[in-house]
Amino acid sequence: MAGLTGKDAVLTEYAKKLETLDAPKGRSLTQDATRRMVRNKAAVVSIGVVLFIVLFAFLGPYFLPWTYDKIDWSGIRKPPNFEAGHFAGTDQNGRDMLARIMQGTQMSLIVAGVATLVSVIIGVVYGAIAGYFGGRVDAVMMRFVDIMYALPYILFVIILVVIFGRNPVLLFVGIGCLEWLTMARIVRGQTLSIKEREFVEAARASGASSWAIIFRHIVPNLTGPVVIYATLTIPEIILTESFLSYLGLGVQEPQTSLGTLISFGAPVAETLPWMLIGPAVVLVSLLLCLTYIGDGLRDALDPKDR
Amino acid sequence: MKLTQTLTAALTASAIALLMSSTAMAATLNMMNGSEPGSIDPHQASGDWENRIIGDYIEGLMTEDANAEAIPGQAESYTISDDGLVYTFKLRDGIQWSDGEPVTAEDFVFAFQRLFDPKTASDYAYLQFPIKNASEIAEGTVTDFNELGVKAIDDKTVEITLEGPTPFFLQALTHYTAYPMPKHVIDKVGAQWTQVANIVSNGPYTPTEWVPGSYIKSVKSETYWDAANVNIDAVNYFVQDDLSAALSRYRAGEYDILVDIPSDQAEWIKTNLPGQDYFGAFLGIYYYVINQEKPPFDNADVRKALSMSINRDVIGPDVLGTGELPLYGWVPEGTANYEGVPLYQPDWIGLSYEERVAEAKGIMEGLGYTSSTPLTLQLKYNTNDNHQRIAVAISSMWEQIGVKVELFNSETAVHYDALRAGDFEVGRAGWLLDYSDPSNTLDLLRQGIEQGGTTNWGNNYGRYSNDEFEALLDKATTEVDLAARAKLLGEAEKIAMDEYAAIPIYNYIAQNVVAPSVTGFVNNASDIHRTRWLTKAE
Amino acid sequence: MFGYVSRRVLSAIPIALIAVTACFFILRLAPGGPFDGERALPPATLANLRAHYNLDLPLIQQYFLYVWRLLHGDFGPSMVYNDFTVAQMLWIGLPFTLMLGFSAFIIGTAVGLFAGALSAVNQNKWPDYVLVMLVMVGLVVPNFLMAAILQLVFGVYLNWFPAGGWQNGSLVHLILPVTVLVLPHAGRTARLMRGSMIEVLGTNYIRTAKAKGLGQRLILARHAIKPALLPVVSYLGPGLSYLLTGSLIVEQVFALPGIGKYFISAALNRDYGLVLGTTILYMFIILAVNLLVDILYAWLDPKVRYH
Repeated sequence: MAGLTGKDAVLTEYAKKLETLDAPKGRSLTQDATRRMVRNKAAVVSIGVVLFIVLFAFLGPYFLPWTYDKIDWSGIRKPPNFEAGHFAGTDQNGRDMLARIMQGTQMSLIVAGVATLVSVIIGVVYGAIAGYFGGRVDAVMMRFVDIMYALPYILFVIILVVIFGRNPVLLFVGIGCLEWLTMARIVRGQTLSIKEREFVEAARASGASSWAIIFRHIVPNLTGPVVIYATLTIPEIILTESFLSYLGLGVQEPQTSLGTLISFGAPVAETLPWMLIGPAVVLVSLLLCLTYIGDGLRDALDPKDR
Repeated sequence: MKLTQTLTAALTASAIALLMSSTAMAATLNMMNGSEPGSIDPHQASGDWENRIIGDYIEGLMTEDANAEAIPGQAESYTISDDGLVYTFKLRDGIQWSDGEPVTAEDFVFAFQRLFDPKTASDYAYLQFPIKNASEIAEGTVTDFNELGVKAIDDKTVEITLEGPTPFFLQALTHYTAYPMPKHVIDKVGAQWTQVANIVSNGPYTPTEWVPGSYIKSVKSETYWDAANVNIDAVNYFVQDDLSAALSRYRAGEYDILVDIPSDQAEWIKTNLPGQDYFGAFLGIYYYVINQEKPPFDNADVRKALSMSINRDVIGPDVLGTGELPLYGWVPEGTANYEGVPLYQPDWIGLSYEERVAEAKGIMEGLGYTSSTPLTLQLKYNTNDNHQRIAVAISSMWEQIGVKVELFNSETAVHYDALRAGDFEVGRAGWLLDYSDPSNTLDLLRQGIEQGGTTNWGNNYGRYSNDEFEALLDKATTEVDLAARAKLLGEAEKIAMDEYAAIPIYNYIAQNVVAPSVTGFVNNASDIHRTRWLTKAE
Repeated sequence: MFGYVSRRVLSAIPIALIAVTACFFILRLAPGGPFDGERALPPATLANLRAHYNLDLPLIQQYFLYVWRLLHGDFGPSMVYNDFTVAQMLWIGLPFTLMLGFSAFIIGTAVGLFAGALSAVNQNKWPDYVLVMLVMVGLVVPNFLMAAILQLVFGVYLNWFPAGGWQNGSLVHLILPVTVLVLPHAGRTARLMRGSMIEVLGTNYIRTAKAKGLGQRLILARHAIKPALLPVVSYLGPGLSYLLTGSLIVEQVFALPGIGKYFISAALNRDYGLVLGTTILYMFIILAVNLLVDILYAWLDPKVRYH
């Protein structure tokens, strides 16, 4: 399914390379790759920013005078006011925007994490099985992936919302179940080349079962692709979530998410600009940085560049 | 290939449009009309956005004036029998459908029979249930349509017989469920009659274009009996669900009328678009229902504490920013046929908010609910900015009296499905009056009806039940004297509200924005503004 | 070639059937129904409505009835928009969605290819940094936010373009909506183009061409562009299908008719017939688009066999 950021297209190329090129020594986060990553300034700065945002979201609330769900009856729809402790203003219910931005960032990161985790697990297992067994199994399994690619992503997300209703965790597990296709392709490509290598041959010769080989020898060698995939998938899920929020299908109050905050902020951009600027800055910088990191990692781990 | 064709078609069409717009200098009213109409067949419609379109193209025996009061429409005059049961309408001379066919009494009889026909399955047929045998026909217990209390005495005379005296009946006849239908067209094309190729009108306008998801266009009908006094030549009813986009388009000059505004922009509109805000109270109540089948909500004291601790004075002005009026009773101020009954107020109305909270807290503590051992409840509302804000504010108010609230929002279909199934503890609901009469809201609290082993509670989501209340309402339906009837209804309202049958929160406010070029727009209690009364200066 | 195409078309039919079946049953699992509005319907009316739309039949019978009608080209009635059949709604919305999607696709692809190539040629110089930054912003700003901003700036403040709506085939009304769709698509395309172009420029045969003393323009035009296009072309299919389905937000904000908008309101109102109708239509368009792209790909890359 064609996602929102086009990460699938970027990664499909990567997957193709993994499957056609000879396996070099270890495609994980080696010293060589790390060195190349460090040289990529944009990626390094981005890592710093993402770390900062994560700390901001998870530790920030402990330093604020207000919690995200506390109503300040004397300050409804007020611009930033340092004396009252509302450093980023308040929303229409008199709740502190800064606290809500932090909570929203947390929520967005958590749902994106859940969906990404689910898609990684499905993708790894599926791709490893297809790649390892090869032949007819592989053909059928990958044909299924091709079919899934052809389905309209957004429509299925909306139908998922309609079924799972308002349970965010279930919903994002569901979204993870739609997202794994590219991961499966990458893993399959990687598996195809790894399975021909000596240590796998050796394990097979010593009588290890197929499952043991897949999970003990092949999966651990997939760290690199998984990290790349995850960094590029998180922004995509965060965007999907914001899209659902716009349709009024976001998380349940009083909890919030970056998408929900922006969808409430966008209509009042003129009258209550502080409701839009804060969340928009966090969202855009988070997504920008994650994309830079993902692209940087892919370049650093690119098999062709050796 | 397809693309080039589409583009060519679009280009040609835009060229034509450009030509047309430069030749015609007609006054066109551009109205942001909210949601997509489900249907413009009066028997299939159910929303106020549909009403705006339908009421401009079909006219009933009675119609609304600029103040939304009932005045004769297709009828020239009417008489009412002394017992209030038989209404006789004399039709105007020369009234006709837009294809030139005359509008006859038979069109009205046909329309009412179609309305109640079970096969039509009309959502709103029940609004005309005061008519004799109407509900029996709709339920299928009477199958002979000639038993219906609507008769054509001759081509020009319609006689309607009622089940009981109904003081609001003339008002009910202005509703689109009572409109005539073009029998000659429906006989020919059936359900397809609302297609613009087939549709005919007897009102001031005729629909000529309909692009679902975008707009309906109606143009002035020259065959309308009062066409000489209709000023605006065409109306575009635009579909627009995104309200802030709607305001942007209004400011860009693309709309002349907004029928709703984005929350938070009321203040901005008053300041920056002076004189264009038409915000006025109208007959609609916003309330919370409490499921009285689930303990502890069967205890009226719990409901009292919940109601008392809501600070209604901050909801309209501060939380919503539009200034909705606090509501404590069940019949909104200004409802007709309710003269002599004082506006309901609870006995604690004189207390300050702090005193109310203290008393409510006392009640809850007496039942064992404190901030450390709170009563946990789920508050359901349908997805909407305003409902959400109110729910957030109220849950914070309830926190003070030892109630912990879990919020749950869902789409309209899911929300009301849950309310009807009784799958909720506290839920949001609202009611816009169909006609100005206290019975319209009081009926919302009537007991459920036994049907096939289950009880159908209808719109009484909270399952409130009180025999005395029922008896008073039953008695009122047969009371001819208006003052005596009002007194009975007033007593019923007091009984229900003293027991907190539901928690009224505020009185709706109409939120129209009208461009300075449009005149003749009057705030009124029904929030109905027919285009025929408006004028637009070019 | 013909065999390949017909095999692909035939294999699309079971896919479509599976998706329709899945959609049909999944929708019925969702809570709420098409007649759950703000007001309770009298039970007699509700029963009449359900009978009218055959909702009172056993589910499996409804399913076969639906498929049977579908095979006869009948999409059935819309349960919420009573005055139209599903087929009529789709017929009105489809040209519009296609026009929106295709114009954004053509403009976005062109802009994206150009920006991507420009960025690759100037790798790690300032035009590259600026372009990459712009591309990323286009990618990550949610489109409802972009739409609201454009509407406010160009519709209200500057009053250059209409802020929404569409009437009589007017093209100016499409400028803002198409822009909102173009930005992320151009971003995705540029990102791909840049990556593959950089790679192609680093290959031996380009280096050889440079060593031979060919001018840069000639190298680009004759040797670099075509191989660099391959990954972009394989993205065109998903990219176009994303534009066609992704237009639903744009249709909503700018109040445009289009099947995306119908889909959303149908899904939220449980208009079973219309949800299925739009889904089927989308599937057909997307399958057709993917097929076209595969053929194009085969033409560009002779190594791909018709298997």
